[in-house]
Amino acid sequence: MPKITRREFVKTTTVAAAGVAVASALPRRADAADLSYKPEKGAKLRLLRWKRFVAGDEEQWMANTKKFTEKTGVEVRVDNEGWEDVRPKAAVAANVGSGPDIILGWFDDPHQYPDKLVDVSELAGYIGKKYGGWYDVCQRYGTRDGKWIALPLGVIGNLMVHRISHVKAAGFDGIPKDLPGFLKLCQALKAKGTPAGLALGHAVGDGNDWVHWLVWSHGAKLVDEKGNVAINSPETVAALEYAQQLYQTFIPGTLSWLDPHNNKAFLDGQCSLTNNGISIYYAAKTSPEPKLKEMADDIGHGNWPIGVSGKPTNFMQVTQAMVFKYSKFPNAAKEYLRFMWEWDQMDSWMQKSIGYVTGPYKAQEKSAVWTVDPKHTPFRDVTGTLLDNGYAYKLGAASAAAMADAILIDMVAEAASGQQTPKAAAERAEKRAQRYYKI
Amino acid sequence: MPSGLALLSRLQNSRNALGALFMLPAAALLLVFLTYPLGLGAWLGFTDTTIGRPGRFVGTENFRSLFQDSVFWLSVFNTFVYTAAASVLKFGLGLWLALILNRNLPFKSLLRAIILLPFIVPTVLSAIAFWWIFDSQFSVISWTLQRLGLIHHYIDFLGDPVNARLSLIAANVWRGIPFVAISLLAGLQTISPSLYEAATLDGATPWQRFRHVTFPLLTPIIAVVMTFSVLLTFTDFQLVYVITRGGPMNATHLMATLAFQRAIPGGQLAEGAAIAGAMVPFLIGAILFSYFGLQRRRWQQGATDA
Repeated sequence: MPKITRREFVKTTTVAAAGVAVASALPRRADAADLSYKPEKGAKLRLLRWKRFVAGDEEQWMANTKKFTEKTGVEVRVDNEGWEDVRPKAAVAANVGSGPDIILGWFDDPHQYPDKLVDVSELAGYIGKKYGGWYDVCQRYGTRDGKWIALPLGVIGNLMVHRISHVKAAGFDGIPKDLPGFLKLCQALKAKGTPAGLALGHAVGDGNDWVHWLVWSHGAKLVDEKGNVAINSPETVAALEYAQQLYQTFIPGTLSWLDPHNNKAFLDGQCSLTNNGISIYYAAKTSPEPKLKEMADDIGHGNWPIGVSGKPTNFMQVTQAMVFKYSKFPNAAKEYLRFMWEWDQMDSWMQKSIGYVTGPYKAQEKSAVWTVDPKHTPFRDVTGTLLDNGYAYKLGAASAAAMADAILIDMVAEAASGQQTPKAAAERAEKRAQRYYKI
Repeated sequence: MPSGLALLSRLQNSRNALGALFMLPAAALLLVFLTYPLGLGAWLGFTDTTIGRPGRFVGTENFRSLFQDSVFWLSVFNTFVYTAAASVLKFGLGLWLALILNRNLPFKSLLRAIILLPFIVPTVLSAIAFWWIFDSQFSVISWTLQRLGLIHHYIDFLGDPVNARLSLIAANVWRGIPFVAISLLAGLQTISPSLYEAATLDGATPWQRFRHVTFPLLTPIIAVVMTFSVLLTFTDFQLVYVITRGGPMNATHLMATLAFQRAIPGGQLAEGAAIAGAMVPFLIGAILFSYFGLQRRRWQQGATDA
């Protein structure tokens, strides 16, 4: 555990107090501090998780798993698949009724087949109570109709990665906190020959993250609280006009950018501002090339500007663990999850993932990973800034379909590139969304 | 049992029964791995199955919904343009290549093996290579042209809808020429040299020899090769998925990639199956068109027309 300073103590106790308030709303056992499930006799588990983004992640996950096996005698076989491939595999397993006992999914996966998943409310209540409470957005992703159907694992942080010196030369002290300021920054960066670039191709990660922020920060949304498609609105048009101006400041080719493109352009020095996870910084820091090592010192992680509502409205990838009802060893599975979510395992895993994943409960803010390198710290607080997919309606098959069909990305790309007027682009997005959100 | 043994020996001696028995393994394989999935896919298109739950029969609702979807029609348009352009280019360049390879060249076998490489290399690998070649920041083509002073800005191969389509067509043509070339080459070699000699003796120019001897005799082969080529191009998936994922703004989405995007990440299995099913009429049309081109004329087999 980190050194306890007075500041840490005050922070921790207030967080814990808030956590108790949240956790008291969740179901829990009388002696929640000692929750443990007895694995079934002869239990063997299969876990399917997304393939690591950083080597340390997999190493530490396997080391923690080994500890679990030594402690309980339950063997765990861990399979890895690319993150985009895990999602359909989970759906197939749910449909077919056999497969891995536990799968680490993303976004609204559990909400597409909630009746195939084991209720983990008791486990979630215990962990929430013990570790300061779950972040709101994690609770939204993990619960359905008041029951926990998945255990949130964390958020892949995505921030405004920028060259500190270039931003300074453009006349700014960091990423501006408001939308007009951000646009001015991008315009100034372009004028200085150090332009920004945000992905407008079918970039499932980075593209979705920034277009959702764009739409939500202008007060627009895809669906309203009743599930009616609400994207065709003046707020959306305002967002798209903003996007048009932003696009003028981007480096060429962003319409073709998939997820790796902005990493490549940034590391090559051609792009000075983009939205990405901690991977750009990590690649520069650990590179043997001196030029990249120098760049690593010049990399900064800025928060997304805040829009018209005055509150952050960001979108990042959220991952969670699902236990399937067809599993022959649900108790072993829950005990495995409980073990892996306990502080020793979660903290060590977060540290070895060098800040790639931000933990799902508020105690994660105490992890040393956030202070070992000051450039990591901005990623600590991302979870509280998030809205969930399909805002402002509930998660489910419609929200998953709308995201996979890249409706928002295409809308912003069409308007920004001038292929459609903002109004036309919003109407087209409305028609496309209505095919999925038919009540 | 005597009657059983008699039946068995009758079976073993009956040509029809034996024939059916020998076909059984192949038929079983085809049924399980081809007919059943095809049938299931076609059936799915008439239900509302999603990845999370089984569906019920909904008739043509999916097709009616797709009829009003601009992205679906864009994918149909893209598929036709992509197939037509790539097939014409592959045919022209493949035929030309076959004619050249038909001559007496040094290292003929080596050349023919090298020519086949683009087709043999796994598509995903060549797609990744093209992904780099067409990159808007790191393209080797842009780099070369810029060094030569011919352009001042890197070419936006994949960001502009028209450029993206042309780039993918180019990648598909590069990959597909060997198939057409080698097949047509095989066809060229079946044409008897005595026909060419006779034509030359009659004073035919090279072009006339091609037009009156080579091409007519090649027609059946062309029909088969181009049918396969059109079918493979129409259903192309890997190139598009790796290089653009259907972007920018769905300008390179083919029906196959859109079907996948809707069905698997999107979870709308029935809709994806409907899009895939919508490809079938066009494919059958292409097959029928070339089937009538396949019919060999009697004079090709040495009989007279009378």
